[in-house]
Amino acid sequence: MTAPAPVRAALMITCLADVFFPEVGVKLVRLLRELGVGVEFPAGQTCCGLPLFNSGYRAEAAAVAARTLPLFAAAPYVVVPSGSCAWMIKHEYPGLVEDRGLRAEAERLAARTFELSQFLVSVLGRTRFASAVPGRVAYHDSCHLLRGLGEGRTPRTLLRNLAGAELVELPASDECCGFGGSFAVRLPEVSTAILGRKLAAIEACGADCVVTCDAGCLLQIAGGLSRRGSRVRALHLAELLGPEAR
Amino acid sequence: MSGGGPASLRHRAAGALQDAFLQEALAIATTRFIGLRREAFSNFPDGEALRDRARAIKEATLQRLDHHLERLVDRVEALGGQVHYARTAAEARQAILDIARKSGARLVVKGKSMATEEIELNEALAQAGVTPVETDLGEYIIQLAHERPSHIIAPAIHKTKGQVAELFARELGRPVPADPEVLTRIAREQLRDRFLRADMGITGVNFAVAETGTLVLVTNEGNGRMATSLPRVHVAVMGVEKVIPSMTDLMVFLAILARSATGQTLSVYTTLVQGPRRAGELEGPEELHLVLLDNGRIGQLAGPLREALACLRCGACLNVCPVYRQIGGHAYAATYSGPIGILLTAMLQGQEAVTELAHASSLCGACADACPVRIDIPRMLIDLRRGGVERRLVPRGERLVFRAFARLLRRPALFRAAVRLGRLLQRPLARDGRLRRLPLLLGHWTHSRDLPAIAPRTFAERWRELEPGP
Repeated sequence: MTAPAPVRAALMITCLADVFFPEVGVKLVRLLRELGVGVEFPAGQTCCGLPLFNSGYRAEAAAVAARTLPLFAAAPYVVVPSGSCAWMIKHEYPGLVEDRGLRAEAERLAARTFELSQFLVSVLGRTRFASAVPGRVAYHDSCHLLRGLGEGRTPRTLLRNLAGAELVELPASDECCGFGGSFAVRLPEVSTAILGRKLAAIEACGADCVVTCDAGCLLQIAGGLSRRGSRVRALHLAELLGPEAR
Repeated sequence: MSGGGPASLRHRAAGALQDAFLQEALAIATTRFIGLRREAFSNFPDGEALRDRARAIKEATLQRLDHHLERLVDRVEALGGQVHYARTAAEARQAILDIARKSGARLVVKGKSMATEEIELNEALAQAGVTPVETDLGEYIIQLAHERPSHIIAPAIHKTKGQVAELFARELGRPVPADPEVLTRIAREQLRDRFLRADMGITGVNFAVAETGTLVLVTNEGNGRMATSLPRVHVAVMGVEKVIPSMTDLMVFLAILARSATGQTLSVYTTLVQGPRRAGELEGPEELHLVLLDNGRIGQLAGPLREALACLRCGACLNVCPVYRQIGGHAYAATYSGPIGILLTAMLQGQEAVTELAHASSLCGACADACPVRIDIPRMLIDLRRGGVERRLVPRGERLVFRAFARLLRRPALFRAAVRLGRLLQRPLARDGRLRRLPLLLGHWTHSRDLPAIAPRTFAERWRELEPGP
């Protein structure tokens, strides 16, 4: 058997993972390298601009997009450990930048950008891993990954095949966790009430940990579970995926 | 950021969250609606294609709205109906008051109609000495309670059956059990007499078919049929966007409307009104009036809210909205609530009216997903937010914060410096890598949630050690 041509991918770490969940990035890099992917981390990354865009600061978001695009121009693939940021790149960047050259660049980037689970399953075709955290796992669909990118399948494929872990159903897994970026502090009581419904479902479903593919949902759900002193842990998908299982 | 003053959305929402009755009523009703809708479409393989078809019909109709409205007017008039065009809510009220005066109407029975809520018709009728009686059970309940509808199709969704029983007991002066069947029977008895005595029936219109001049009402209680056939005069009030070209188109909409709204295959009653009573007919009103309401709609035909003109008023986006499900309709303080309600409020009252409301969404997209005609509500909410920023309607402080943030994101060195500064500032507050209490805006987060402390080393700072050796 000849070795397949090595895949190269650039990591877009996202601001939340960079600052709050660096371990997600570290695990992700190790995982991809084990799979034979050459991982690069373009310097100068900050944030994709989604918080600006969603709050109506379109010109400012466009400026952020314009400076982010060239950072990833050389990468054959871009891997993003967050559905909402991947959505921003794939769905919004092309319409956001005015310059025609940049727009073509944005369209190329959109086509090469993948959320982590999509990259593993749809690009690399790798679906079987050992669980780094044994036990029962529930999956929370992030809104942007599920409805924005239409992806509910790849994370579940990975979790269902996870050796040493059992995927349990989280009722209403497709309902929002109440994060919504600045929504969480604009209407904190409402955001918290929506989260309350999500946490109740998580705690009732019998899972030892809840997994998401979005740093925003992770911030919200982990923050709520931690405040409650819950025994359930919130993890990013990258933290759960151990070595590839044969 | 929006403040929490007594007139603010945040304050109203917080009040709604503390209302135990409201929370109970909302949780039961919206969860039920969600399940019913899901089931209705899962058993309906043609559903997805019909949704696309319905949207395409709406788009094509809006392209030539003037043409379709002219045809509708011609047909309704040819059938003996009278058509009134109202540019504003005030003009619509006046037209209806004139009709009431000319026909000497004293008692009006009303079918459920959001358009008449929009023009605040009941208040105007009462002031003119005409008594309006709501005949949809939910509307009847909130009329007794002197409230406004809190949901497009379930106006009393915010009330528990216990609260309804109390309301009826007060009205009748005797105890009433909190049993939906008994309550419905009481409403029937009360309303039957009003139907027979009323001089005028006022209803909304779900669809108006241009080719035939048919006004279509979709109800579950039959009150629409009574209100359109028993009184001497029938007045139908419709937003101009309710016109559809043909009866074939109607079949497409009927197939998805009830499924989206209540999960029914069809509503119990689909009432088709075609002109007033003709010679030799035994029933139907002597006069039929159709009020066509613009009230900001025409202006959006080429405007940023155009897509919202495709709305069928099914309420599906309210039921699935995590915000609506928590705060109910009244907290929006507008005729139309929920995700679509924010867009409609902007359409009717302008951008200024929704500066705050445009943020009453986590942009989760469940609304667009549930919408039978796939209106991209989140996109328009973002556009409205942008309007608030660009027209400087949002507070200056907020704009400064976001613009400063934008500058950080464009300058990586500054971004890294800000992270280091944050790490320094958080030192006295962090315990076990968590922040439990932060000042100012961040306190809105930590009031109910922990925040991870900024990591001792960010990913970017750790990358060097991860880089493969030479």
